[in-house]
Amino acid sequence: MKLEIRGLTKRFGSFTANDKIDLTIEPGEIHCLLGENGAGKSTLMNMLYGLLEPSEGELLVDGEPVRFGSPGDAIAAGIGMVHQHFMLIPVFTVAENVMLGREKTRGLGFLNRAAAADLVRELSTTYRLAVDPDALVEEIPVGVQQRVEIIKALANHAKVLILDEPTAVLTPQEIDELMGIMRELKKQGTSIIFITHKLREVKAIGDRISVIRRGKVVGTADPSASEAELAEMMVGRSVKLTVDKQVAKTGSPVLAVKDVTVVDPRGVQVVKDVSFEARAGEVLGIAGVQGNGQTELIKSLLGLVKPDAGEITIDGKDIRKHGPRESLAEGIGYIPEDRSHDGYVGAFSVRENLVLDLYREKEFSRGMALRLDKLEENAAHRIEEFDIRTESMESSVSSLSGGNQQKVVVAREFSRPLKVLIASQPTRGVDVGSIEFIHKRIIAERDKGVAVVIVSTELDEIYALSDRIAVMYDGRIVGTVTPDIAREDIGLMMAGAHGPAEAAEATR
Amino acid sequence: MSTEPRTQAAPEPEEAQAPAAGERKPTRRPIAAADWIPTIKTTIAAIVLALVIGAVLIAFSSQAVLETLPYFFSYPWDFFSEAAHAIGESYWALLTGSVGSTSALATTLVRSAPLICAGLGVTLAFRAGLFNIGAQGQLILGALAAGYVGFTWDLPPGIHLLAALVAGLLGGALWGGIAGVLKARTGAHEVITTIMMNYLAAALLIYCLGKNAFQRPGSDNTQSPPVNDSATFPTVGNLHLGVIVAFLAAVLVWWILNRSTLGFEMRAVGANPDASRTAGMNVPAVYTTAMIIAGALAGLAATMGILGHHDSLSPTMAGSIGFDAITVALLGRATPIGTVLAGLLFGALSVGGVAMQASAAATPKELTQILQALIVLFVAAPALVQGIMRMKATDENKTVMAKGWGG
Repeated sequence: MKLEIRGLTKRFGSFTANDKIDLTIEPGEIHCLLGENGAGKSTLMNMLYGLLEPSEGELLVDGEPVRFGSPGDAIAAGIGMVHQHFMLIPVFTVAENVMLGREKTRGLGFLNRAAAADLVRELSTTYRLAVDPDALVEEIPVGVQQRVEIIKALANHAKVLILDEPTAVLTPQEIDELMGIMRELKKQGTSIIFITHKLREVKAIGDRISVIRRGKVVGTADPSASEAELAEMMVGRSVKLTVDKQVAKTGSPVLAVKDVTVVDPRGVQVVKDVSFEARAGEVLGIAGVQGNGQTELIKSLLGLVKPDAGEITIDGKDIRKHGPRESLAEGIGYIPEDRSHDGYVGAFSVRENLVLDLYREKEFSRGMALRLDKLEENAAHRIEEFDIRTESMESSVSSLSGGNQQKVVVAREFSRPLKVLIASQPTRGVDVGSIEFIHKRIIAERDKGVAVVIVSTELDEIYALSDRIAVMYDGRIVGTVTPDIAREDIGLMMAGAHGPAEAAEATR
Repeated sequence: MSTEPRTQAAPEPEEAQAPAAGERKPTRRPIAAADWIPTIKTTIAAIVLALVIGAVLIAFSSQAVLETLPYFFSYPWDFFSEAAHAIGESYWALLTGSVGSTSALATTLVRSAPLICAGLGVTLAFRAGLFNIGAQGQLILGALAAGYVGFTWDLPPGIHLLAALVAGLLGGALWGGIAGVLKARTGAHEVITTIMMNYLAAALLIYCLGKNAFQRPGSDNTQSPPVNDSATFPTVGNLHLGVIVAFLAAVLVWWILNRSTLGFEMRAVGANPDASRTAGMNVPAVYTTAMIIAGALAGLAATMGILGHHDSLSPTMAGSIGFDAITVALLGRATPIGTVLAGLLFGALSVGGVAMQASAAATPKELTQILQALIVLFVAAPALVQGIMRMKATDENKTVMAKGWGG
C-alpha cells in the first residue's frame, strides 16, 4: 500500500502545528520521521490515524483520496499505530487484548478466546514476534508488550504501521529485537513509519529519512548521511555533538560511598556492596543498563531510601541517616531520573518550581511567609540564565516541552552552592539543542570544583561527560575505567564482565 | 572513542499541540484574572440552569398550575400564566427571604458561617491532596468540646468564650489529626478513615449525651444545656460575631495556602508527593498538619452553632453541615474565596427556602435542596453546561478531582 500525504496542514488557533507537509510512504519501506520534541511529528501522525482533522491538504491511499474521521476509518484503510504509551489493558491476557474491540463470539455472546489465541499464535509465527497469547499483559516485559501492540495492529490487517518513539522504553537488547521485527515486517511488505529523535537508530534501520522542524518537512535524507548532518537538519543550526571540556583538575574526594547495600521493599538486594569516591572537579559517570541498581543507589545518596549497610560521607561527614532535606542542605544537588515524577510539580508554575527545595531559605521566606517578590526575582533571573522557554513565569511546568522542564530542574539545582551534583539521566527526553546546553552547564559545575556523579544508560552521554566511568551490573560496580576504553569493552562490562581486562579477554 | 557523537535522549510525550514555547519573553506578572473567568462563567451558567430546572419543578408542584392541566389544550394561557405566577412568586420569596432585608441577610450570614468554616477545612485538606470526608465527625467533636467547656466551666465573659472556642478548635483538630496521623504513618486512605471517624463521632456524641455531665437538668430528652451566656459570641441584632471569625478564618486559610511556606508545602505535596519528598519536604508531617488544621476548621464550624446560635448538643445538632461542606468546597473549586461564595449561596438558599414555603405559591422548601444538588451536578459536569449553554469549550473543563484509591 502506498500512502501519500499532500499539503497536510493543521492549525490550532493561530498556531500552525503542521505546515503543508508532503510525504510519500512507498510499499514495504521503513520511513523514518526525525524531529525534535514539539516539531509536530505527533500531530502529523494523529492526523494519519484519524485522531485529528486536518485543516488543509489530503491523504491518498494507493492514489485514492481518503478522509479519516476516526481511528476506525484509518484502521479500515490499513493503517496501524503503536503509541508511545501502550494502549493495553494490564489485567487482560495478550489474546484478550488483541481481540479487544473485535471480539469473536460463539453464539449466545460467549467469547471465543481460543480463536483469538490462535490468531495471536498465527501472527507471531508469520512475523516472528515471540509472544505467549495466554500471558497476562501486566506480567510481561515492556518489550513484549510492544510486540502485543504490533500484533494488535497486524490483526487489523495494517499495511502501514506507525511506530511512535518505539525505542524510548526499551533496553538496548530489546531495541535490537525490535529492529529485527521491523526488518521482518518490511520483508513481508508492510510499510513502517518510524518516529524517533535518535539519530543512531534512524541510520541503522531507515530506508528514507524525513526531517520535520517547526511543523515543516525541512528535508529528506539518506541513511548514509552523517549524524552531524541529520542533527543540523533537525535543530536548524549546527550542533556540537561533543562537549568542549578541559582536562579535569581533580581535587580531593568529596563524596565517599563505602560498601553500600540497599534492599528494596520486596526484600531483593538491589545495590550490593557498592563503593566509590567522587572527587572535586571531576565527573564520575555511572554506566549500566537500566534496572541494575543505579536508581536505588542514587536514591540512597540523597536519603530517599535508607541504605541497609555501608557508609556514605560528604567531606568526611556521615550522611547515611540523612533524609532528603538534610542531604540537600549538605550541598547535594539532585537531578532525578524521572523529572515529572520526582523533579517538579507539574501543576506548579515555573516560578514555584524554581524554589521547590529552596523556599525554606532565608532568601525566599521570612518566618512562615513566602517572599513573593524574591520568588519572582529569582524566576526572572533563572529563566534568563538558563534560557527556559516559557510564556511566563506563571505558566505551569507541565505545559512546557520536555527540554524546558528539565531546564527548570537543572536551573533550580544549580542555583545554590553545591559540593556534589548527582544527575540521573540528565538529558532524557530532551531535544538536541537543550542537551548541548545542559551538558555545558554540568561541565561548568565541574570546573567550579563540584564533584559530579552522572548516571546514564546512554553510553554516548557517559562518554561525553565523564572523566572516570564506573559500570554497574546487577547491583554491583563491576569496574571503574577511563573514557578511553573501547565501547565494546564497556558494553561487555555492562553485561556483567568484570573490569576491562576480562572484557578484553572476552572479545578475543 | 570519547568524541563519538551523541544521539542520546529518550522521548517525552510530544507537546505538538502547545504552541512552540519560545521566542516570547517571559512576562513578569501574568494576567491571572483571565484564568478564573471561565470558571466563574461555568459556575454562573450552572446556577442559571439549575434555576431553570427548578422553575419547571415549581410550576408542577403548584396546586393552581396543576388545576389548569385538564383543560390545557382548550385554554393553555391559564397554564402559562399560573406557572409564571408560581415561579415568580417562589423565586421572589427565595430572594427577599434570604437577602431582601437586613434581618434576612443576617440570618443568611449566620446560616452560612458554619458551612464556610467546615468548607474551608475540606478545601484546605483538598489542596494537600487529601479528600476529607470527615468534616461531620470533626464538627461533632468540636461541638462536644466547645459545648462542654461552655456549659460546665465558669469563667468571666470573653475568657470563657475564648476557652470554649479553643476547645472547639482542639476537638475538631484531634479528630482530623487522628486521620492525618493514620495517613502519614500507615498510609491508611483518608477517605476510609474519615468516614469511619464520622461514625465514631456520632456514636461518641450519643454516648456523651447519655451521661449526666451532658444532660440538661429537668429534661428527659437526650439534649445538653445550652452554653452559658459568658461563652457566647456577642450579637448585633440577630447576627452573632462568630460570623466575623468565619470570614477571618477564610482570610487565614487563603494566606496559609497562597502566601506561607506551609501552604507551599501543602500544595506541592497535594500535586506531587514524590517530587515534594525529593525536594526535602516532610510529606507525612504535611499530611498530618493539613488534617489537623482541617479538623480545627470543622471545629470552628461547630462553635458557630454552639456558641453563636445557642444550640445545645443533641443527636441531630450537626445536621448535614459536614457533608454540605464537601459540596461547598467542591462548588468553590477548593479555593478559599470560592468556598466563601459557595457557603453564602448555600446559606441563602436554605434561609430563602423557608420564605419560599411561606409564600403564596407554597413551594416546598425542599426545592432549595434540589437546586443545591443541581448546581453541584452542573458544576461537576462543565462540559454538559457548556454544551447546553453553547459556551466555547475551554481547557478549564477540569473539576476538582480527588485522587484515586492508590494515592
